Amino acid sequence: MSGAPLLPFLSACLRRQLLLAFRRPLEIANPLLFFLLVVMLFPLGIGPDPRQLAEFAPGILWIVALLATLLAAESLFRVDFEDGTLEQLLLTPQPLYLSCLSYVLAHWLLTGLPLTLVAPLFAVMLQLPPPALPALMLSLLLGTAVLSLVGSIGAALTVGLKRGGLLISLLIIPFYVPVLIFGSGAVQFAALGNSAQPQLLVLGGMLSLAIALAPFAIAAGLRISVDAG
Amino acid sequence: MLCVEALVLERGGRLLLNDFSLRVSAGQLVLIEGDNGSGKTSLLRALAGLARYDHTGSIRRSAESLLYLGHKSGLKGLLTPRENLAWYCQSHSQSHGRDQRNADIEAALAAVDLVGFEDVLCHNLSAGQQRRVNLARLYLSPAPLWLLDEPFAAIDRTGVVGLVRTLVQQVERGGAVVMTSHQALQTDHPITRIRLGQA
Repeated sequence: MSGAPLLPFLSACLRRQLLLAFRRPLEIANPLLFFLLVVMLFPLGIGPDPRQLAEFAPGILWIVALLATLLAAESLFRVDFEDGTLEQLLLTPQPLYLSCLSYVLAHWLLTGLPLTLVAPLFAVMLQLPPPALPALMLSLLLGTAVLSLVGSIGAALTVGLKRGGLLISLLIIPFYVPVLIFGSGAVQFAALGNSAQPQLLVLGGMLSLAIALAPFAIAAGLRISVDAG
Repeated sequence: MLCVEALVLERGGRLLLNDFSLRVSAGQLVLIEGDNGSGKTSLLRALAGLARYDHTGSIRRSAESLLYLGHKSGLKGLLTPRENLAWYCQSHSQSHGRDQRNADIEAALAAVDLVGFEDVLCHNLSAGQQRRVNLARLYLSPAPLWLLDEPFAAIDRTGVVGLVRTLVQQVERGGAVVMTSHQALQTDHPITRIRLGQA
């Protein structure tokens, strides 16, 4: 069957995801709230010494962003699995690659992008030197997109399980490690006054690879989950 | 339109179907009967291509697209009937314009008696009304092959009469319907009955 033009389908898919998300506004706020709370706890736990905080800030910001993304990724397909939307999606003549990409894109627009935008605010709270802010934002912009793509693979594979939360963390966190290393590395380099370009380029490379391949893995994961459901 | 040969279907370690064969051609209305747990739903899921690892044997479909209506509605409670059906049309690539699509959706919603509820969020509708929104897909689907799992569930008596008429129209225009139901199907159209027993 000749499919509909692909771009309108992708945009219809994305619009639907965003519309659904905006009808549940509290869930959009969840990762941001988590980010805020955890970042607030660190000065209390480590102590308010600006030098010490500044030293830890890149790592803290990146780890918290990573966990916030993971938290949101877990429920990405859950509702759609339970109400049968995924079943119907698998039966459409549309390429599953695009539908999966639109799920991830919507997820990133609602978690990774807002996290990136508010990160400078939290960075100031943690005494990160201002010259490191552009590197922080750029690394989060690229990195959270990779995290969303990779996290969605785990979400697709575990969606059929009643308690997939721990399993998805076990599956996915090893793949998050390189992103964390290069992401926080970029910020650390920039904080020391060096160029963060090498790390950012690596993150960009990871993103290209993830965009090209992750949707296929997500699609396969969804097929397996629906099959067993 | 659909050809099943030597199908062995297993679920949860239980053998449901053994060496099952079925041939469905255009214009056929097939009713699959059987007690609860006899494998009707598993069979339909296998026919739809949704369950691919719990059976052996061959299932061939000549029809490129099919309409599958299962126990899970596939509706979004946070969307209105109109939005749900618009998504159904978009994802099944009818390439009509937007106006044509909206007109089709209005007609489909009218056909299932949901005029006045087009813009109510689906989770505020009753179970029967949600079922009707789901059934409105029958009026929008160009698919020649329909696989319907208990389409009459939660539908009132007048609704069932209209639904049977729709099914007959589908087979009369050269489509095929494979369905399960615990209710008697009242129509003059010949029905192919298949009874699933204990394998």
